[in-house]
Amino acid sequence: MPESPNLAVNFAGGIRSPNPFWLASAPPTNCGEQVMRAFDAGWGGAVWKTIGEPVVNVSSRYSSIDWNGQRMMGLNNIELISDRPVEVNLREIYEVKKRYPNHAVIASLMVESKREAWHDIVARSEDAGADGLELNFGCPHGMSERGMGSAVGQVPEYTEMITGWVKEKARTPVLVKLTPNITDIRTVARAAKRGGADGLSAINTINSITGIDLDTLAPRPNVDGFSSHGGYCGPAVKPIALNMVQQVQSDPESQLPLSGIGGVGTWKDAAEFILLGCGTVQVCTAAMHYGYRIVEDMIDGLQNWMRQKGYVTIEDFRGLSLPHVREWKNLNLNYKIVARIHEDKCIGCDLCYTACWDGAHQCIHLDRVSGVRNGHVEAHTKPAEVEAASRAKITVTPIAKLDKVAANSQNVEPYATPLARIPRVDETECVGCNLCALVCPVENCITMEQVDSGLAPQSWEERTAVVAGTEKSC
Amino acid sequence: MQSVFQQHPEVAERFPDLHPPLTAQSAVIEANRCLYCFDAPCTGACPTHIDVPRFIKKIANENLRGSALTILDANILGASCSHVCPVQVLCEGACVMHHHHEPPIKIALLQRHAMDAFYASGAVLPKTSAERRNGKIACIGAGPASLACAAELRQRGYDVTVFDRHRLPGGLNTYGVAEYKLPTADSLREIELVGSLGVDFQFGTEIAGEAAFANLEKEYDAIFLGVGLGAMHRLRIPGEDHPAVIDALAFIAGYKTAGRLAVGRRVVVVGAGNTAIDAANAAKRLGAEEVQILYRRVETHMPAFGFEYEHAKQEGVRFLWQTQPIAIHADTDGELRSIECLRVELAQDGTPRSIAGSNFHIECDMVVPAIGQSPLFDLLTECYGVRVEHGRVVVDRVTGQTSNPKYFAGGDCVNGGREVVDAVADGKRAAVGIAKVLESAHA
Repeated sequence: MPESPNLAVNFAGGIRSPNPFWLASAPPTNCGEQVMRAFDAGWGGAVWKTIGEPVVNVSSRYSSIDWNGQRMMGLNNIELISDRPVEVNLREIYEVKKRYPNHAVIASLMVESKREAWHDIVARSEDAGADGLELNFGCPHGMSERGMGSAVGQVPEYTEMITGWVKEKARTPVLVKLTPNITDIRTVARAAKRGGADGLSAINTINSITGIDLDTLAPRPNVDGFSSHGGYCGPAVKPIALNMVQQVQSDPESQLPLSGIGGVGTWKDAAEFILLGCGTVQVCTAAMHYGYRIVEDMIDGLQNWMRQKGYVTIEDFRGLSLPHVREWKNLNLNYKIVARIHEDKCIGCDLCYTACWDGAHQCIHLDRVSGVRNGHVEAHTKPAEVEAASRAKITVTPIAKLDKVAANSQNVEPYATPLARIPRVDETECVGCNLCALVCPVENCITMEQVDSGLAPQSWEERTAVVAGTEKSC
Repeated sequence: MQSVFQQHPEVAERFPDLHPPLTAQSAVIEANRCLYCFDAPCTGACPTHIDVPRFIKKIANENLRGSALTILDANILGASCSHVCPVQVLCEGACVMHHHHEPPIKIALLQRHAMDAFYASGAVLPKTSAERRNGKIACIGAGPASLACAAELRQRGYDVTVFDRHRLPGGLNTYGVAEYKLPTADSLREIELVGSLGVDFQFGTEIAGEAAFANLEKEYDAIFLGVGLGAMHRLRIPGEDHPAVIDALAFIAGYKTAGRLAVGRRVVVVGAGNTAIDAANAAKRLGAEEVQILYRRVETHMPAFGFEYEHAKQEGVRFLWQTQPIAIHADTDGELRSIECLRVELAQDGTPRSIAGSNFHIECDMVVPAIGQSPLFDLLTECYGVRVEHGRVVVDRVTGQTSNPKYFAGGDCVNGGREVVDAVADGKRAAVGIAKVLESAHA
């Protein structure tokens, strides 16, 4: 048995933690007692709930989106920064660091946009023992109305200026937390880098209204009949976060050590963020949903995967997926795949059939019994005709004593599912879009298989260059 | 009207729901398990072709009224079907989840969830915009076939009168289904719904004699025969006229609707069909200490559905295979004492043959014959020109029309005794057939 992969990280020039799993600045890191329990559960670091001049919060504060019977696919909050006095938070940071010297404690900070205010809070946080500072330029609700949070993060000049003030004073690494509520996240990432940031955290929450109560007509969360836009997070935002992480990491002017945030709840999520270049990940919603204990499998699962892939440290695979992301114009136009339906696995739900007809390219057919007919739409029985034929059938309850059961009535179908319900792909028409495989509820029942197009790889850029060249030569 | 069970809560307690209803949240979770198949096999397996994925999706989307109306649009008796359908061999049996190594979607419970919500919210059907049409139809019998036929015709704008010789409507839904499956009250509220459409009911009205049918023919443009089957077969053995010999349907109707809640201490049920099992289970719940089912053949031959057999075993009913009753004995005081039987051997081809001299007695104080119903030969011969073969009315399967074009038929009198849902499907098909004939006549 090879030794366990080493998950320890040294992030952004000096923040060390036993693993890359940090709790994001949020309710799970509200106080020292919580952070210590989190460390006991296995978390490698914690970004403290944002410290600043204490605020008053409202009740209620959260709302969520359920999907298909699953709770909290996405979570929204209108809670502000810490409502506890600065000195209490700093005293508790001191206590935590004394007892957990090897874990990372990062102070998340937000004060009014004055140089002295930032100098003061930076000095006090570092005196308390924080291993690093995270500048909260991302909070999208409430604080932004007071000129802080995303009000700073949406203006590159402010971001650069305040980062600069902090760097004048800071002795520990400075991370800037980016807001996604901006057209191009790279503009602010570049500003943070220009301002001297040692690292970035992304993404903060996304502006959201999660839904409206259809009885009261008030959006959620309801505060005395009214609501306010909040910050959206949880599994729903992961794809958005991954895209922004990739954008930042692929841009030389933005590129900095990055702590990935947004829908991380499992080791697989974490691996994906790291593969796109993140050095650590931060978790909030999953911990709010299931508690600190989820980190156990994040550690265990990531180690098992690393062992299987032969990676020994986080650095061994960090960023390995970045070269696989290209601009569309550089993708190979001559790569062709088609859908193959594996009859032995098909359960006959025919979701691929209806998806292909209504949502794709009309190349999946129910004609295994009636006779195969390749070609355009006109040659085929359409969905409405299939349904009408079913409705016209007379069905009765099978009752043995009333039905003469013929001896040869046994299922002679080659598959468990009746042949008439197993769809067929017309490969000449299939464009290889993946939709059928995506809707199929059975794993590996529909696979996308490469077919040789007989053509050398060629991208759009190459193809249009060739055409332009041809025209010139004419 | 208070049902017998509402008057006797201590007995009702012993007839709890066989399958307790879903809660609102569990219904949504279960509904979300549904894959929403295209041209779904469950829909194809339902004789009334209820669009199952559609009504389930509406439950998932918390559109319970839309869900209920989807069900009712296909099957006006959607509520009772959700209780009594043998879904294991119908919709749930066809669920693709079986191939997915997962339990099928609980279609019956979801259907019931939607229907319960519909009745709880006042059971208001949308106003049909159909204009009144010329045409009067008489439906004979107020069981599921006639109810479905009447509702469909009424919704299409025709005048419909339903005749039934019983005091209560519903046919076997009211009189013949085990209470733990379908409470009488639930059957009756469903018939009120049909009534709310404007269907005229004539209860306690027996149509009998050629003259009566001739009169009907004069008064009505079409006649639907939803008469079901006749009396239960007799055992044809000595002693069966004893008052403690009560056939299964009379026994079930007695406890459900007539307040006859007394039952023997040791009960023998003869026959192993679904009705035999309903009777045996009811006898257990009504307080019988010992209930035994006698059957000539063996387990694999029994006509009852497998899940009914399992249910009976769980209720504590004993099964005696290869047993042929030959006489019922009373003691000198006239009390029923025993049923005398012969052992049966099965020939190679499965034919049962009783073994001479193998006589034995089973002590009991009540015998419930449950060996099927006989056709209503007399009544059917009174309908002029309606062809009957093997005791079943011959119809065109698609339209329900008999050999006399004025008569249509459906349900048990046509199919020999299938399920409620089959009767509903027959009735609805016949209604469409009748409407077509009347439309062309008045065109």
